[in-house]
Amino acid sequence: MSHNPQPRPGAQDPPTYSASFSLSDDHTRIHAASNDLLKAVADLGYNTASQFAIRLAFEEAILNGLRHGHKALTSTPVQIEWQADQNTITMNITDQGPGFDPKGVPDPTDPDRIELPSGRGLLLMRAYMSTVEYNDKGNSVRLVYTRPSD
Amino acid sequence: MPSAQSRLRVRKEQGITRVEFIDRNILDEANIQQIGDEIISLILNDDTPKLLISFANVDHLSSAALGTLITIHKKIEGKSGQLRLANIDPQIHEVFVITKLNMLFQIHDTEDDAIASFT
Repeated sequence: MSHNPQPRPGAQDPPTYSASFSLSDDHTRIHAASNDLLKAVADLGYNTASQFAIRLAFEEAILNGLRHGHKALTSTPVQIEWQADQNTITMNITDQGPGFDPKGVPDPTDPDRIELPSGRGLLLMRAYMSTVEYNDKGNSVRLVYTRPSD
Repeated sequence: MPSAQSRLRVRKEQGITRVEFIDRNILDEANIQQIGDEIISLILNDDTPKLLISFANVDHLSSAALGTLITIHKKIEGKSGQLRLANIDPQIHEVFVITKLNMLFQIHDTEDDAIASFT
């Protein structure tokens, strides 16, 4: 059963935030989930460039799971977990689809593919995140954003 | 013409159709679909479209929005028209650079620069 994420400050000092929830294909809930994460990121003092990067990668990963992982499972939710502290934002998005081989995704910047309208989500995640790792099945992605030194 | 629920501000001046987004975040696929449909309708109603899309109000966009821009680009090319993009926030411009779409689209700093570039 899905529920709204409720990031809470942890007991540690400096603070940490985390959430774990499932999310169906509902743009209002996707935006709410993104806003909750971004609120924690802002509270932790990440700058606007970091907030832009984290939001973009988080939403692309969710939509990848819902659109591609669940293309035949429209009402099936994805599972999301994230943790945020002053140095690192870690996001795990897991869908219930058959998975895919991220190494098999063609380069959308190839001149022969530049005019294709899809296939840029993974490129953007890799560009903005410090780490983008898929599990062996290819249905779960771990995104890590390391705070840049100012 | 765009409906009352349009997600665009549209005006046509001196043969150039100028489009601005109402939404600050172009992320939701239903909205992106609507935006694409509205702009393609404008293109189809013009013999040789000259279209300027301003991103002045836009803070975020998704890869799906980029896909719709590519579809718009191809529709305009198919009618021997011209497309210009302008007023793109530096963070969003970086998305165009990462995806190399800055090499596909003609992007200008200002709307005035974009208008002057139409032939």
